[in-house]
Amino acid sequence: MKRKWLPYILVSPYILHFIVFVAFPVLFSLVLTFHKWNIISPMEYTGFSNYTKMFNDRMFWKSLVNTFKFLIIHIPLQIIISLALAEFLNQNIKLKGFFRAAFFLPVIVSGVVVTILWQQLFGYDSGLFNRMLVAIGLGKVGWLIDPNIAMGSIALMATWKNVGLYVILFLVGLQTVPPHYYEAASIEGASHWQKFRKITLPMINPTIFMVVILSTIGGFSLFIEPYIMTGGGPLSSTMSSVLYVYKQAFEYFHMGYSVTLGFFFAMLILAVVVIQKKYIERGED
Amino acid sequence: MKKKILIYTLLILASLTFLYPFYWMVVASLAPESEIGNLTFLPSDFSFNSYTQMFSKIPIGKAFFNSIITATITTAGVITFCSMVGYALAKMEFRGRQAIFYIIIFTMTLPFQITLIPNYITMVKLGLVDTYAALIIPFMLNAFAILMFRQAFMTIPQALIDAARIDGCSEIRIIFQVLFPNIIPTIVTVGILSFMNSWNEVLWPLIVIRDESLMTMPQMVTLFSVGGRSESQLGVKLAAAVVLALPIMIAYGFFQKYFIQSMASSGIKE
Repeated sequence: MKRKWLPYILVSPYILHFIVFVAFPVLFSLVLTFHKWNIISPMEYTGFSNYTKMFNDRMFWKSLVNTFKFLIIHIPLQIIISLALAEFLNQNIKLKGFFRAAFFLPVIVSGVVVTILWQQLFGYDSGLFNRMLVAIGLGKVGWLIDPNIAMGSIALMATWKNVGLYVILFLVGLQTVPPHYYEAASIEGASHWQKFRKITLPMINPTIFMVVILSTIGGFSLFIEPYIMTGGGPLSSTMSSVLYVYKQAFEYFHMGYSVTLGFFFAMLILAVVVIQKKYIERGED
Repeated sequence: MKKKILIYTLLILASLTFLYPFYWMVVASLAPESEIGNLTFLPSDFSFNSYTQMFSKIPIGKAFFNSIITATITTAGVITFCSMVGYALAKMEFRGRQAIFYIIIFTMTLPFQITLIPNYITMVKLGLVDTYAALIIPFMLNAFAILMFRQAFMTIPQALIDAARIDGCSEIRIIFQVLFPNIIPTIVTVGILSFMNSWNEVLWPLIVIRDESLMTMPQMVTLFSVGGRSESQLGVKLAAAVVLALPIMIAYGFFQKYFIQSMASSGIKE
């Protein structure tokens, strides 16, 4: 008799946690999107007005465009650099462990540390990057103060922070390629580039897919980077989706609207991931 | 041979790109404020001035303590509860098992943006804002850890469990005394990931903690950096960043291999 109930007792903490922190908030979100609420006074039913407000909100579109800008720089950069480094590490070289550990260091360090550090590196007058540019005779770049560049700078920093993880993932992927494929190709007289195009790339396609998905989710989750570095500026050029959700909730106390944004962004992420998955699976055939 | 030299050169350049900024951060935090702006390798003089100033401006010691408490209890909770759920899913037959498994997969794919604000509201309504509970309870269970434990338990032969049952072991003792020694790598992976995620989490503490005496380290360093109290002094900001980075970096120095394996496995799972 006791045996019969035991599994339910074992899973009960999870069920409780799921109800309180997943099921309830998702349903409550949906309800809140139809309401106006500042968390103190009673909720006020407003129909679809949060949705119409959202689609007419310039800042909402701006945050989407910013995320898109981030992704368009971050994803290719991330894939090219981590794949190249993984290729190098996959050769017969010494100190492999050291290189791997060095690339991985930024991955384990808090984003807060990385952001504070890069804020100094990006400094206009005395930041390391501008000092280097001046030293080789080039002009200063407004890394964080030029609205056209700021999001790109954040994408650069995010790439630096995450590349180490993707090097490891690509390395795992590369090691699944059977060595005799390359040997056979060499006998046929294939060049390095041909081997890479025809053997390596198709074999590591699943890894590339994973990197694209993880980076996309990462782009939509940007928060602490603009929060510390720019506060979303200059001219809202680094306002990220999560930062905007945060501001609506905790600076303006528009709980209903903030939840509408969060709900929409979550659905958008799911949709983008599904589309990417479809697209990449089709590419594999 | 030429190719080898090129590869080594590129690898060394790449490592410098990842390591040098950290070196610069540490050295700059130890340099006189006036020299940070043109520092590249070594300052003319080392001083702990930035650190003493930072310690006098913010209760970073208390924040360190809060982070340790939060991360330790969260990790212990994850290992205890997620292993129980994982065991039930892997080794027990019961109605609804499949449904729970699908719920877990669903939870894993759900973006956090949707639950962030409602969870804050829950905390407000439960009166948990400004408590350790708010920092710990939401992270005590997670889908990824459950799946890791489930997978680990599935590889354990049923005979081991049956033998323990015949000896009269309770299921709880089977999990924690008989099976745990057999799944140490999984416990280490889950432990490292939970501790690191909790230690590095900053958005959630910013939302649920307002009382300075309960703030975690990343939160306090963030607010110090963006707020007025650092008085735009680079040195004290960098000193705060160093103090925040140090514990994880030291742990990484000792358990590097495990860190890399754990993080890689979390990436592959997604």
